[in-house]
Amino acid sequence: MRKIRFILIKEFKQIFRNRAMLPLIIIMPIVQILVLSYAVDYEIKNLNLYVVDFDNSRLSRELQSKFTSSDYFRLSGFGQDLNEAEFALSSRESDLVLVIPSNFERQLIAEGTGDLQILIDAVDGSKAGLAAGYGGSIIRDYTGQITKEYALRYGANIGNQVRTVETLPQFRFNPLMDYKSYMVPGILVILVTMLGAFLSSMNIVREKELGTIEQINVTPIRKYEFILGKTIPFWIIGIFVFSLGLIEAKVAFNIPIAGSLWVLYSFTGVYLFLVLGFGLFISTITETQQQAMFISWFFLVIFILMGGLFTPIENMPPWAQTITLFNPIRYFIEVTRAVMLKGSGFGDLINNFMIISGYAVFTISLAVLRYRKTTG
Amino acid sequence: MSKQDSIWVEDLTKRFGSFTAVDSISFQVDPGEVFGFLGANGAGKSTAMKMLCGLLQPTSGIGEVAGFNIRKESEKIKKKIGYMSQKFSLYNDLTIAENIQFYAGIYGLKSREIREKSRLLLDQIELNTKADTYVGSLPLGWKQKIAFGVAMIHNPEIIFLDEPTGGVDPLTRRNFWEMIRQAAYQGTTVFVTTHYMDEAEYCDRISMMVDGRIEGLGSPADLKGEFESKNMDEVFLKLARAT
Repeated sequence: MRKIRFILIKEFKQIFRNRAMLPLIIIMPIVQILVLSYAVDYEIKNLNLYVVDFDNSRLSRELQSKFTSSDYFRLSGFGQDLNEAEFALSSRESDLVLVIPSNFERQLIAEGTGDLQILIDAVDGSKAGLAAGYGGSIIRDYTGQITKEYALRYGANIGNQVRTVETLPQFRFNPLMDYKSYMVPGILVILVTMLGAFLSSMNIVREKELGTIEQINVTPIRKYEFILGKTIPFWIIGIFVFSLGLIEAKVAFNIPIAGSLWVLYSFTGVYLFLVLGFGLFISTITETQQQAMFISWFFLVIFILMGGLFTPIENMPPWAQTITLFNPIRYFIEVTRAVMLKGSGFGDLINNFMIISGYAVFTISLAVLRYRKTTG
Repeated sequence: MSKQDSIWVEDLTKRFGSFTAVDSISFQVDPGEVFGFLGANGAGKSTAMKMLCGLLQPTSGIGEVAGFNIRKESEKIKKKIGYMSQKFSLYNDLTIAENIQFYAGIYGLKSREIREKSRLLLDQIELNTKADTYVGSLPLGWKQKIAFGVAMIHNPEIIFLDEPTGGVDPLTRRNFWEMIRQAAYQGTTVFVTTHYMDEAEYCDRISMMVDGRIEGLGSPADLKGEFESKNMDEVFLKLARAT
């Protein structure tokens, strides 16, 4: 084990003498946390709304102002020509069109119902879904309010028909529905995954390119000593970068850390071994840094996109959900979210801990086994 | 094949696909001997050496290095040997002293031994004042000397040198051979490959490799007699043309 110390000393010296390295491990967390958490914001505001109002009544105008006074919609056009509205939609000037038919007010007051049409540009499916959701709830609120108003004014006759059930959602663990609180724990995972996987996957293969690996392979060093000596420096850097990201999340966005730091760091420590084992394994099977880069990039893209950060796993088709069961990133994102937002403890996450530990043992073993001191 | 042989191999062969790099070679090396492996580029010298050092698994054939089986006990062999490759393989981004410490540490030397060895080695290669210079900034001749010193850091029984003098000036080459003779004098077996035929004269015995086979084996004087040549150049040319 004493030999590992000498590898550590050497690796640290080389890492800190590499001019690209320090900026990378300082700037990467800053950029990812600050920029990504702003950019990856699924809350949609200021959708461009085109209104075609054939009714031109008090109620139709009120409905419009309900739309435009919310943060979600902005009036981008107005008229009584459906063709113009269609054009606004197809030229992407407007995201959605609200069509109010000519007898809207009369029908609503007389019968308590009415017809409205919303046309939505659904090129971006999730945006369209949100637009429909927001629009629908504004219309429901407004028509509910109107029918209730008239019922009160003209007797119980209509009132009987409009007994509605109102749902008041209570948002737990992220009461303000703040997107950053939801995203940042996941971005922290992406941060340590990318940094760890790239640094480690480029490492052994670099010694292959330089030819120094041969001098190592001719020494009696044991394979596990070599792999551990390569893992530990990046592990320490990984913990450092994670901490930097966490501090930033706290200082810049006041992201809550409801759970214990001890739990968070235990998971991070084990997870880093998983990532580094994966990177070093790639480094042992490749011959050039370029190959290592491409292979790790290939896997990272799949892992990240299917990790539940950008697309909720529940929204994926069943076969894709099955694939995510094999995705280590998924389990760690669940952990950071649960610990930071819900304050989950170790007992709640024991399942994830077993899976992440299992993966870590698997990848590190793979790297040790695949590292060959004697070639065919 | 006696117990005292530092190295012996029989019918050692290495094939890469359909190409036979080393074709059924057999020889033995005595302890303390300077054994030269001569041949043109691509004759299979480095491949043969890598099989002896445990870097490459032989396709067929048997052999022992320092008393250990080259197929099954390569990790035990590695404790007993030093190796200096053809391609410079110290870390350019570490200083001379750091390279020495690193390899001494990997070979399991104690801290006190590391300090002593470092001082001794720096004395020997006359680079005391340069201990904290990055290896990358040194001229090739100095680098080669450091590499040699690093390969000798753990007092190996056998040292393998793969073209140690490739690309260095004649004075440094001469210097280098003094270091090699010195190591042999102290009891280390030296196995050295080269394609400089004049260097053969420094060896106790040499084997001439042509196209993966050993075509001549003996002391420089023996070979010159056998092939009726004035010098090793002539021996080599006669052997190379014969095939």
